[in-house]
Amino acid sequence: MSEIVSSESSSVYDADGPNEVVLPNGRFAPAPLPHELRRADIDPKAAKRAERQVANLFILAMLMALLFIVAYVAVDKDTVIALPVIGTMSLSNLLLGLTFGLSVFCIGAGAIHWAKKLMPDVEVVQSRHDMASSEQDRAEAVEIFQVGADESGFGSRTIIRRTLLGALALFPIPLIVILRDLWVTPPDSPSPSALLKETIWADGVRLVVDGTNRPIKPSDVPVGGLVNIIPANLEEVQKAEGNLNARAKASSLLIRMRPEEIRSQQGGTTEEPWDYQGILAFSKICTHVGCPISLYQQRTHHLLCPCHQSTFDLADSAKVVFGPAARRMPQLAITVDSEGYLVARHDFTEHVGPSFWEQGS
Amino acid sequence: MSAVVDAGGKAAGYLDDRLGIAKPAKGLLNKVFPDHWSFMLGEIALYSFIVLLLTGTYLTLWYKPSMTEVIYNGSYIPLNGVSMSEAFASTLNISFDVRGGLLMRQIHHWAALFFLVSITVHLMRVFFTGAFRKPRELNWVIGTGLLTLAILEGFAGYSLPDDLLSGTGLRIAQGIVLSIPIIGTWAQFLLFGGQFPGTDFIPRLFTVHVLLLPGIFLALIGAHLLMVFAQKHTQYPGPGRTNNNVVGFPLLPVYMAKAGGFFFIVFGVTALMSAFVTINPIWAFGPYTPDQVSAGSQPDWYMGWLDGAVRIFPNWETNIGAYSISWNVFIPTVVVPGIIFTLLGAYPFIERWVTGDNAEHNLLDRPRNAPTRTALGVMAITFYGMLWISGGNDIIATTFDLSINAITYSLRVLIFIVPPIAFVITKRICLSLQRRDNDKLLHGIESGNILRTPEGEFIEIHTPLPAKQQAVILSKHDVAPLAIETGYDENGVADPKRRSDRLRAKLSHWWYGDNIALPSRAELEAAQAHAAHDYHEQESVVDDYRNLEITSEPVLHSAAVGGHEENPHIKH
Amino acid sequence: MNSMAARRRHPAALLLMLLVALVVTGGLYTAVSSTTSAQAADQPWTQTQVDKGKKLFAEGCSSCHGLNAQGSSIAPTLLGAGQAGVEFQVGTGRMPLAAPGSQAPAKKVIYSQEEIDAMAAFVGSLAPGPLSPTPAMLDTSKADLATGGSLFRTNCAQCHSFAGKGGALSNGTAAPTLMNATPKQIYLAMITGPANMPIFSNETLTIEDKQSVIKWIESLQANDNPGGLALGRLGPVTEGLFAWLAGLGALILVAIWVGVKAK
Repeated sequence: MSEIVSSESSSVYDADGPNEVVLPNGRFAPAPLPHELRRADIDPKAAKRAERQVANLFILAMLMALLFIVAYVAVDKDTVIALPVIGTMSLSNLLLGLTFGLSVFCIGAGAIHWAKKLMPDVEVVQSRHDMASSEQDRAEAVEIFQVGADESGFGSRTIIRRTLLGALALFPIPLIVILRDLWVTPPDSPSPSALLKETIWADGVRLVVDGTNRPIKPSDVPVGGLVNIIPANLEEVQKAEGNLNARAKASSLLIRMRPEEIRSQQGGTTEEPWDYQGILAFSKICTHVGCPISLYQQRTHHLLCPCHQSTFDLADSAKVVFGPAARRMPQLAITVDSEGYLVARHDFTEHVGPSFWEQGS
Repeated sequence: MSAVVDAGGKAAGYLDDRLGIAKPAKGLLNKVFPDHWSFMLGEIALYSFIVLLLTGTYLTLWYKPSMTEVIYNGSYIPLNGVSMSEAFASTLNISFDVRGGLLMRQIHHWAALFFLVSITVHLMRVFFTGAFRKPRELNWVIGTGLLTLAILEGFAGYSLPDDLLSGTGLRIAQGIVLSIPIIGTWAQFLLFGGQFPGTDFIPRLFTVHVLLLPGIFLALIGAHLLMVFAQKHTQYPGPGRTNNNVVGFPLLPVYMAKAGGFFFIVFGVTALMSAFVTINPIWAFGPYTPDQVSAGSQPDWYMGWLDGAVRIFPNWETNIGAYSISWNVFIPTVVVPGIIFTLLGAYPFIERWVTGDNAEHNLLDRPRNAPTRTALGVMAITFYGMLWISGGNDIIATTFDLSINAITYSLRVLIFIVPPIAFVITKRICLSLQRRDNDKLLHGIESGNILRTPEGEFIEIHTPLPAKQQAVILSKHDVAPLAIETGYDENGVADPKRRSDRLRAKLSHWWYGDNIALPSRAELEAAQAHAAHDYHEQESVVDDYRNLEITSEPVLHSAAVGGHEENPHIKH
Repeated sequence: MNSMAARRRHPAALLLMLLVALVVTGGLYTAVSSTTSAQAADQPWTQTQVDKGKKLFAEGCSSCHGLNAQGSSIAPTLLGAGQAGVEFQVGTGRMPLAAPGSQAPAKKVIYSQEEIDAMAAFVGSLAPGPLSPTPAMLDTSKADLATGGSLFRTNCAQCHSFAGKGGALSNGTAAPTLMNATPKQIYLAMITGPANMPIFSNETLTIEDKQSVIKWIESLQANDNPGGLALGRLGPVTEGLFAWLAGLGALILVAIWVGVKAK
């Protein structure tokens, strides 16, 4: 039972009142409450019961650990179990997790139950000492340091001090310089910004369907249609280079709208337009931070990036109409080759993907 | 039993002969730790870290940190024949061909989420109770470092499987690096070993995730814990608790049992969750390739605020000649977090400068007693929360059938309006709670029982405050803002620090200005007189057998103890 | 009388004249009539269906789309929507539209399959458009699941999410969930491009490709979650919420239990 302190609470200001504990603000607060006994403290039967409970928890833990081994050996990794709400899940995962989880949980529950019910729960008071050392210790430490510093000559021998600091400042530099070849630059390689500006699209490279590599004729693309495209030679280049770098820049998309719906394009003339009878091609790599976009909303002609919702109007030179992207999506100039398949006229004239410092150069 | 004790004694002697452990053991085993559930939040983080180390080590035995493309040919049929990196294939292998592998992966990922959740909640507890004040400022700085590194570690970790979702995140990271002015392109090429995605980045992330950051973590966590041990844990105000003591339980046996037990609980809960709940189903996302993406792509929750910042930021980019500065990417992803983490780490020093409070604090503040600090904290959490909501704007749009464009536009405005409103509301709530506390101290608690005296007067019976509550309320500091000096001495010479001193004093007035002091001696005595009158009235009508008193805790009756039972308000 | 005059009175002359008239009329008709009529012979619908569809259309659709499906200020033209367009829109309950809004939601289908077939025949007969699939075209038994997954991730996931749960589009529109889509509906959507969904023609995404995509979507619908409860298959957002609410909640409850004094 908590002590109901009497109504003389003005004794918070008196050192002689029933409140004996001094607070930082100078007032006096109640002393620690009297200790209350637990059932197990006074009743041996209750103590035995608590002991059994703790032991049972530990026994359950052991049992679960053994069951884990059984589940590991007996349950095939491909077996599934159908459960309400969850659907079909791996039986092995369920059983291994259940047994292991319970075995560990019960150890913890047992230990805590033991502490709460049986170990003494008398609150102990321990005094703190000031973190700051005594004045004498401080003075002695300062003196020892000063003597040592003087003996070293660090303060007085200027030339030693300066050259030492110089040496210490310079020695980490090789460790930093050696990081230069984190990118082993091939000889005669263009600068990073130049590399970022080129893709493998070039004059005459066929547009093919991403995933099936099928070449595309204009009649294959209806108005309102969308095709995810890659250059015909992409897989070859990928194999040769051993990475996905070319794909990360060359992935593009093909759409078709009625020619009268196209309000503007990024280039081309009447003799050499960049579209082909309403078929337009654009880079797929968002100019914001590089997510691939092919969320083409065919009625509004808007291209929406799912990452940060940058929106581009493909009927109007793919300019930004919403969202955090600052640059329009680069357009790929296309035409048909002698066999009637769609090909690129040349590489993009604006760089694909996110902006960077030297992009204007 | 005595054989065990003998053996133990011999072992201890062996060690003491060589290491002199008896003296430190004496202090350590007897060390008192205060007991409150909110002090266990940091423990959740520590234990999650240990679980991460254990499960992580297991995973490295099967995971291949390589971006070489292979054709999958394992148990998971929906991906058979698909081209993917070895990293992804090995993760599929762990998930479907290694028994217990999926469980280990899920425990690892859930533990990572718990690690960050508990660090965040622990940070909030430390902040709102003022536990970062002297002498614990350095520990706060280490904590901020741990938080920052934990976020990076998590990002590196979930990017290792090279699945479509995390790969999209890496692509975004590349775009962010590119946006850094002047050095962006070179930095990007150095990090990725060339163009994106290259074949170097995942192996490098592996080194960072498995070697570099865990090493730094061990050092920082070690220092963090060492300081707690050396400085002793703080405690909440209560009966018998002062600034110069610790009231609680000794390490051996109680604290060891409870804290040690709690480790197993955390491990157990994480494992049980991993038995029933899917996390990071990389097989469903598919392998990463730069021409695919999923709607509703988000990073793990602790990066959500950065994603949100970048979604709602306007599309500002400046072109000066051949050069461009992408404010739209650089500010939300580099500048804003830089400012936030710096402010966070520097906060104890900022508060100290503003308040001029140089005293050592071992008793925790009640949040209501530091209204400006609490309001600032709530404002920061609101700001963070709104960025987090911005990060999930497309999921909110689909779940609640709203326009994603409208959500984005609204958040751009609300993010500046809502946090200050939260500040004002929180501060007002804190101040009124302080007034309520004073009320309780002066007049006790309203019992809800109305007494009608024979003269017809109605009195509500107030029960005096129980000791525990009184101790807690009385712990409030007397605070005074810094005096605003004129800045000139008696000869009219200006103090060189005049401006900053004036600013400091003004800020401390804003900080403390509204604070409500504890009742003075005169007020208390006046309240006493009034209460005495009421008790007198009660005395004459209270029936001994009708207990009108409301005690705050039930009583354990025991003849052996001779427990207290008197009702002090009933005179016998 | 000359020879011609004598022949004109020949009993067979009338017969011959009728024959010539028939041939000429038929020939003229064939030459002049529209191509759909000419194709009517090999279209997958009957004239009875077209007529019935015309009546149903007049009752239920013409008030917005016009009697000849030419469109109006409040509804687009259906010339070119084809048999498949009607099958999809009416078959998923999107049409008739209950109220104008940013997007027609799928709701209760109010026409029987027979009625839908009739209306589809009518609209299909008005102008060339995509055709509904035959059962053979929807046969996924030979389709490759893994290919379906790759194609789905390239062409569908960016709108409908990796799990087919749908996703947000601009200005309050959304790509719907695929969890209840039938193979026929999936095919129809790909071929007609309803609302803002683009069209995936059979030349760029062949019928075999479409079959593998359908097979993949069916596998998504099977609700296989090897690791346990999928939390809506929405990714890290729901996982994070779960960690905060369930995980932290459970651990705090235990922590409180640890600290509370035992009786």
